Amino acid sequence: MKIGVITYPGTLDDRDAQRAIRLAGGTPVPLWHADSDIKKVDAVVLPGGFSYGDYLRCGAIAAQAPATQEVVRLAAQGLPVLGICNGFQILVESRLLPGGLIRNEHQHFICRDQRIRVENTSTAWTNLFEQDEEITIPLKNAEGGYIASAETLKMLEAENRVVFRYLDVNPNGSMNDIAGLTNERGNVVGLMPHPEHATEAGFGPDTDIATRSGVDGLKFFQSVLKALVNA
Amino acid sequence: MPKIIVEIMPKQDLLDPPGKAVANALKRSGHNDIVNVRIGKRIELHFDRPITQADLDSAGRVAASFLSNDVIEDVVAITKED
Repeated sequence: MKIGVITYPGTLDDRDAQRAIRLAGGTPVPLWHADSDIKKVDAVVLPGGFSYGDYLRCGAIAAQAPATQEVVRLAAQGLPVLGICNGFQILVESRLLPGGLIRNEHQHFICRDQRIRVENTSTAWTNLFEQDEEITIPLKNAEGGYIASAETLKMLEAENRVVFRYLDVNPNGSMNDIAGLTNERGNVVGLMPHPEHATEAGFGPDTDIATRSGVDGLKFFQSVLKALVNA
Repeated sequence: MPKIIVEIMPKQDLLDPPGKAVANALKRSGHNDIVNVRIGKRIELHFDRPITQADLDSAGRVAASFLSNDVIEDVVAITKED
């Protein structure tokens, strides 16, 4: 299974995302923002970083890129898409997911191992998790405050489209403690924390068992491979 | 140089963290009469010819679809400067 990873000017976590895909058993395919040919991949990851230096609004210029526009077109046909951090911001700016992301309420860039709860396990990227499973993956951003209108929030909650919710502390002022969302169909998922940084023992968050042994992020990538096999 | 000026502000009912930080700093330096600060954007679109009504209409569409995000911001003014 081929999973594309788009690199934009200013992307940082594309190599980590490719490595996570490989560790999960998939084949990562590097994609370039300026190229509308996304090489017949089976799924796409929009990785984290600071595309276009966060100019205008985080993700706004990347949302206009030829590769993103092709992803928007194919997402409507069911292509699984995962947006991580800046990738989540790009999904919101390209209107694949509703709402917006603004500067953290407390103004600080935050970098910590974050506990989140998986509340929707029927998406392409979360089908291997248990309902309400609590996981820990790194969080690192300055613009992660999720906002939406009251009616959008109501719709997201009613349709079970909040996939991840922050636990312990709300790190950025996100409404309803929202850490990640899905679209109506469940093929597009976006979240602020970074699953790709918790896929290999020795490099993940600390666990009760051993330092840096957390690999809770691996299931995101294994889930999409399972979804593609079953499709 | 002829230009169209697009002014964008964060929505009134939303928290504006940069504005809040500046307001706090002003308060600390004794500006007690300033009760709130909000920070927006001014974007200039430059032309090397006179600006037409069609240019203004087009700028309006670009301002609404790309220069601003209506979930978090409002376009408060689009003006022309010759």
